Amino acid sequence: MADPMRIRAALVGDKVDVKILMAHEMETGLRKDGEGNVVPARYIVNVSATCNERTVLSALWGASVAKNPFLAFRFTGAAKGDKLKVTWTDSDGDTRTDEVVIG
Amino acid sequence: MRNMNLRKLPFLALVLGVLLHFEVVADGMRDTVVAAMEASFEAKKQATMDRLDQDETQTLCTQHAAGILPSAVAERIMTLNRATIRPPPDGQYLGDWKGGELIAQTGTGFQSSDDPTKPAGGNCYACHELSGSEIAFGTIGPSLRYYGKVRGTSPTTLAAAWAKLYNSNAHMPCSNMPRFGHRGILTDQQLKDLMALLFDPASPVNQ
Amino acid sequence: MKSIYGCIRGLLLAACCVTLAWAQSSTEEAIAEYRAMFGDENPAELWQIRGEELWTTPRGPKNVALAGCDLGLGAGIVTGAYAQLPRWFEDTQRVQDLESRLVSCLTDLQGLDEAELLKSRFGDGAKKSDLEALTAYIVAASRGHTMSVSIAHPAAQAAYDLGHGVFYYRAGPHDFSCATCHGESGKRIRLQVLPKLLDPVGARYAYTSWPGYRVSQGELRTMEWRLQDCFRQQRLPQLRYGSEVAIGLTMFLAKNAEGGIMTAPNITR
Repeated sequence: MADPMRIRAALVGDKVDVKILMAHEMETGLRKDGEGNVVPARYIVNVSATCNERTVLSALWGASVAKNPFLAFRFTGAAKGDKLKVTWTDSDGDTRTDEVVIG
Repeated sequence: MRNMNLRKLPFLALVLGVLLHFEVVADGMRDTVVAAMEASFEAKKQATMDRLDQDETQTLCTQHAAGILPSAVAERIMTLNRATIRPPPDGQYLGDWKGGELIAQTGTGFQSSDDPTKPAGGNCYACHELSGSEIAFGTIGPSLRYYGKVRGTSPTTLAAAWAKLYNSNAHMPCSNMPRFGHRGILTDQQLKDLMALLFDPASPVNQ
Repeated sequence: MKSIYGCIRGLLLAACCVTLAWAQSSTEEAIAEYRAMFGDENPAELWQIRGEELWTTPRGPKNVALAGCDLGLGAGIVTGAYAQLPRWFEDTQRVQDLESRLVSCLTDLQGLDEAELLKSRFGDGAKKSDLEALTAYIVAASRGHTMSVSIAHPAAQAAYDLGHGVFYYRAGPHDFSCATCHGESGKRIRLQVLPKLLDPVGARYAYTSWPGYRVSQGELRTMEWRLQDCFRQQRLPQLRYGSEVAIGLTMFLAKNAEGGIMTAPNITR
């Protein structure tokens, strides 16, 4: 099972400042392990963030994003106390959703 | 005179006592450290347990690491290590500087994580400045920039540099530099290539 | 005349220093910039979160949480504990660092198997280490705390003395000891600054910033990992986890770092 994300979301002026840390190996499929065997590819392919039923971010990712990805973005149209929900899905179909209250 | 010496005796005895005491403490500590090392490590691939065993040079350098090296000990270490130096059998000191540059850049060899079938590196840049184009050099050892250009290539200069590479402790007891030839870290050919890196006028060290 | 030469020499020296400082600072600045991009975020937090969960969730054959684990300040107390470790523990009759203490708690309290635990002592990608996660969580709870380790107990003093002795132990094909790289200040290996671990300044700089999230590995590494990797580079055999030498050296460094403020888990090269 996937490990939890670390999400911070804070209202600064009229924008919500979001910072997300995701726990994921982001294996490219090009790396070899200690025994010289190719480690199969497995990486996040889709990230989405929703606030009040509205999609505020939707991203398609590939193998070039680093291990344990860090994602920062800003969006408008939310207030303190609203909930921000972030979901990622990887190439194996594994998925993880976490939610945070905007501070 | 005689009276004075007698009066100094208790003081001398005290000094001697303190010195002896330190020796004993140091010896006791050595046994403790050796026993703890033996109990705290396990063999891993090429890094076998016999690597914890110290030769006389290592023992003496460990013993005196925290203080000043007594001159008799320094002499002993230099004598021991000088005796190990073997000049190149064919009398040729200089190989290929390009090979030397590669050896100077390579940091692998003899670690449990290294492939024992591959030649070891000298990792010279870890501690020394050599070529002008390599800015990622360490400062544990002195800069070797323009080494041959400054010193020339007289037979004595070449022999001295070979000796330093072959066994650093021959002229500087307890040097931080590995004894590359004596300990079998680098082959004669590799040492020759490093010599060329230092002395060849075409080597980037002298450019 | 003399003063003019002095001046020129001074300028040349200054120019050299600037070049060296530039080479060094360009790397260090890049790391600092990388850190700043994260702001307060550090991937080490992912380990901290997992560690907190491991600490509070009932686990193992005995199905208990670690509320009964005494890290030196009383059962279950995590805040500030790392800044006072290693220390003497009455129950185990041993001087222990955080990692070896955790092994005791996980085996004694939760009934987990020591050999199994140690198999995954260092995480590698999908193979995660519970010990690294727990260490990250506990160390983070000492952020801002001042290093204050006691060597009043004879066994703690003996551990310190052993660490001191091991620091100078030269061995292996390359004649390396800890002191080869960490015996002098102001030295570098390649571009990496080498703290003098015998002095408070160097020891504090090094000790208070470990464990760290190592960008080059994408893993969080603890002091036990740091020490065994130093010995690997010294060309020595494998240092055993929680061994006498590992704990002695940790005690030596922690005591030398006395008065330093804990900033770990950090983010490192």
